Amino acid sequence: MGKKKMMATGIVATKRKGSFGAYIRRYWQLYLLLLLPVVYFVVFKYVPMEYIQIAFKKYKLGITVWEMPLAKNDGFEWFIKAFKNPKFWLSVRNTVVLNLLDLTFGFPAPIIFAIILNELRFSRLKKVTQTIAYMPHFLSWVIIYSVSLALFADNDGMINQVLGTKIPFFSDPTHWIVSYIAIGVWQNFGWGSIIYLAAIAGINPELYEAAMVDGAGRLQRIWHVTLPGIRSTIVVLLIMNLGNILGSGFDRPFAFQNNLVLDVAEVLSTYVYKAGIKSLQLELTTAVGLFQSVICLFFLLGSNWLSRKLGERGIF
Amino acid sequence: MKKKTSEYEDNIRKPVRGFGKLNGINGGDIICTIICLIVIVICLTPMLHLLAKSLSGSSMLIQHKVFLLPKDFTLDSYAYVFKDPKYIKSFGFTTIITVLSCVLSLVMTTLCAYPLLFPKLKGRGVINLLITITMFFSAGTIPNYLLMKDLGLLDTPLVLMLPYCLSVFNMIILRNFFYGIPDSLREAAEIDGASFFRILVTIYVPLSKPVYATLALFYAVGRWNGYSDALMYVKTQDYYPLQLLIYYILNNINSLDIATQEGFTTPGLGIGLRAATVMFSTIPILCIYPWLQRYFIHGATMGAVKE
Repeated sequence: MGKKKMMATGIVATKRKGSFGAYIRRYWQLYLLLLLPVVYFVVFKYVPMEYIQIAFKKYKLGITVWEMPLAKNDGFEWFIKAFKNPKFWLSVRNTVVLNLLDLTFGFPAPIIFAIILNELRFSRLKKVTQTIAYMPHFLSWVIIYSVSLALFADNDGMINQVLGTKIPFFSDPTHWIVSYIAIGVWQNFGWGSIIYLAAIAGINPELYEAAMVDGAGRLQRIWHVTLPGIRSTIVVLLIMNLGNILGSGFDRPFAFQNNLVLDVAEVLSTYVYKAGIKSLQLELTTAVGLFQSVICLFFLLGSNWLSRKLGERGIF
Repeated sequence: MKKKTSEYEDNIRKPVRGFGKLNGINGGDIICTIICLIVIVICLTPMLHLLAKSLSGSSMLIQHKVFLLPKDFTLDSYAYVFKDPKYIKSFGFTTIITVLSCVLSLVMTTLCAYPLLFPKLKGRGVINLLITITMFFSAGTIPNYLLMKDLGLLDTPLVLMLPYCLSVFNMIILRNFFYGIPDSLREAAEIDGASFFRILVTIYVPLSKPVYATLALFYAVGRWNGYSDALMYVKTQDYYPLQLLIYYILNNINSLDIATQEGFTTPGLGIGLRAATVMFSTIPILCIYPWLQRYFIHGATMGAVKE
């Protein structure tokens, strides 16, 4: 295929050989098509980067970022303030703890589900289960929160009504963490299993045949054929998750937060929103955001390095 | 890949269709089946509960007697939702911005993915790098907010469409699909003198319908379900997407609480109404996604397997 391509482009190239003008005449349409996407990336992804300077400056209305005066302590005033702020450390702690718990419980769930689906012999039931298990992924976090309220609310939630108890699912910190993590697993296990199912489908069936000839039972087939077959997928996804350990989505924690559990529920993204956009501490929260972005970048690069070190293909 | 699965199932698993041949079923099969049934129950119960609440009479709701089946069946809650201009307006607005941003996103994604297919394009490496960097490092919440402010986009419907109109993840899915289309098709058209734009419109786009279905679903669901951008950038109630409206109602913010408003003096109605609102905003997606399952499974897999 490669050879063919070379030949075809070769014919065209010899027709109008060489000059830059000819190149542009030939390719201008592609550049025209790329114009809008490039403008998009520059305006919405790169221009905001110049506002990162605010982390080192004193914010003033009416002048450009470049003209703003440097903050105290050689510009590091806001970082020092952030590092001295207990609320900041609280959100760092919560971000890491919630992410680790998500990893511990949320990561294996799709793998187990995919293996069970793969072992299921009733193809109709398999299809129905899959479709239904994908559903939570299509609900917004606001909807999931309101559904959870209907089920878990202290007074009028269905669970407490059925059991006749008053379990504080959302108003006690420990209970809140458990509910939050469990609902996260619920939302993601079906969708997360798609990739593992694809990986399992890619395993050579002869391996299963050989295992069966050797007298391997179901569990032994899972352990010796299925799991090794999806090992590299598991490792790559695990590493991607590890790289994102200080990352924090916004929609999920923000929807589930309430004032009673803020000590365990405040994560970096929601802290930045509240202190920055709500309370207008713009410089401080820009500094916090920059801190988070940089740490995330290092974690990602580190985990990618680790992935290659372990002999798996890297993510990039 | 599909062929492999079916061969594999036929040769080794012999999937059981119907209940005619239940022979050869062992303990493991029973356990798997039970687990799957539990999964179905866990996924469906919450929605069934809410559906039941939305269809029940207020007296039953107030006594907390509604669990999985509606009691005192009534459509009152839905009638209230449909009578309230707040919901209808927000529903209409969300539908419009979802459709518009979906179309815009598909166009932008195509414009970005297609030219980068050509290895001879000068500057391709630079543009690829420019795009890849944004996947790993972003400016952050506050810089983005200030940008919207300086662009004058705050509190306009555009702010809900433009900033997220091109997702690198989706672009990679599309580009990987484009890579799968044989180069010979393109070369034949090139030799026949078709312009690059024409090749895109007459060859690539028509051949990529399944992946466009996937991307349309991803973009539309993202827009329909997203509320954080509206929370940060929008203050006018006319521009609240449905999810933000529901968020505010749930948290009794901005005196939007339904139960306290005129005509809704019965607290039981508040419960039914909330349930109806949730169903009302969820049903469109729940009706669409099962039909696109074949496509999005493919898309979700392709995005993760890079190049």
